[in-house]
Amino acid sequence: MYEGAVQNLIDELGRLPGVGPKSAQRIAFHLLAAETADVKRLVHALVEVKERVRFCSVCGNVAEEEQCRICRDPRRDAAVICVVEESKDVVAIERTREFRGRYHVLGGAISPIEGVGPDDLRIRELMARLSDGQITELILATDPNLEGEATATYLARLVKPMGLKVTRLASGLPVGGDLEYADEVTLGRAFEGRRSLEL
Amino acid sequence: MSLVGRRWPRSRRPRAARFARERAIGENGHVSLYRDEGVVLRTQKLGEADRIVTLLTRRTGLVRAVGKGVRRTKSRFGARLEPFTHVDLQLHTGRTLDVITQADTLRAYGEPLVADYPRYTAGTAMLETAEKIVIVEKDPALRQFLLLVGGLRTLAEAAHDPRLVLDAYLLRSLAVAGYAPALEECARCGSHGSHRSFAVHAGGTVCSVCRPAGSAAPAPETVHLMAALLRGDWAQADASDGRHRTECSGLVAAYLQWHLENGIRSLRLVERT
Ligand SMILES: [Zn+2]
Ligand SMILES: [Zn+2]
Repeated sequence: MYEGAVQNLIDELGRLPGVGPKSAQRIAFHLLAAETADVKRLVHALVEVKERVRFCSVCGNVAEEEQCRICRDPRRDAAVICVVEESKDVVAIERTREFRGRYHVLGGAISPIEGVGPDDLRIRELMARLSDGQITELILATDPNLEGEATATYLARLVKPMGLKVTRLASGLPVGGDLEYADEVTLGRAFEGRRSLEL
Repeated sequence: MSLVGRRWPRSRRPRAARFARERAIGENGHVSLYRDEGVVLRTQKLGEADRIVTLLTRRTGLVRAVGKGVRRTKSRFGARLEPFTHVDLQLHTGRTLDVITQADTLRAYGEPLVADYPRYTAGTAMLETAEKIVIVEKDPALRQFLLLVGGLRTLAEAAHDPRLVLDAYLLRSLAVAGYAPALEECARCGSHGSHRSFAVHAGGTVCSVCRPAGSAAPAPETVHLMAALLRGDWAQADASDGRHRTECSGLVAAYLQWHLENGIRSLRLVERT
């Protein structure tokens, strides 16, 4: 254990995802040795992100206004919605330049073992968006792993009575991975070759 | 009724004895590379691209090991280390966590299960129960392993109501751990017969003399269904009706949660068909 302020910092850093106690200590001492101006810039970035960034009221993506850039863009196809787990998946798909519709960010995947059920995700909001009859295709782009597949199965069954075209990204994506790690070419191909779900 | 194990009083659980036993592998430093087969119960993200994989193995029991780089989409065995996969493994004994050096799929139960949401949720409750009922790492639990593999196979074959498959698994898994509920005698005095009350805390059905306050009064058919599931009588279980299945699931869940203090989180999300 260190003196108050240093230990406080280590404790706070240690609460970040993927940062273990050793990494927290390493980062803390790195910051301690850094220039004051550098640290102030980091502090500013942290405060700014909390003050300025919020979640799009339509799709749940990160946004700096009431609605995100994509939802505000009139050139985007309002008839197609691509459902993803996280905002970082929006970034990955945007990189492919393959998709011109809009998104819906669930905020995770159904994970019974972590206690995350359908009610804990933005599924009710998705159903509300689908109910206005403007949307004709729903692309399920949850991660190509078990929880992502289970979430896609759940959603496909849920929207079935609405008679939409429901598609799933083609299986060019390796199973078990995170969508964010897929390279643009593979992800782009997965979009082109998406298949209809028959459930 | 060979599946019905001994009932142990709460103070003398067999699990406590297992805690005391020395770990056989890993800490003595002699065994550095070992091979086993196991079912992936759970994965957690670790750092940028790794995962901690929890497995119930045939010979070693519960194992927590690192799968390096498995979240990268180019990983050689990412898909093989997904929950529900029965894998043949090679592991390297590490200081805190073992490292998976090789994994080959024996059976991938995840694929059929994930396409059927009620079956998938029943399956996740089985995986979570397996981990929480075995608890101790690296202590062989062959019967629990065989029970899990059998349960997943039955679930994937889709021949029975997934809720029945789950309840059968939970009852038998409890029995193997030494917590079989009394169903054909009084849990307190042992008097034989079909008793009308069921007391979770007492350990099963109880006679009218021993019946503690707050006991449940299930339909006799529900108790018969529990007994059928415990001994693997599918003909009788499949013939049961929905009302009794629902009541049976409620009693099994209450009984399981009582014995596993930490509770089974995924049980809440199991869907009825
Ligand atoms: Zn938006
Ligand atoms: Zn009695």
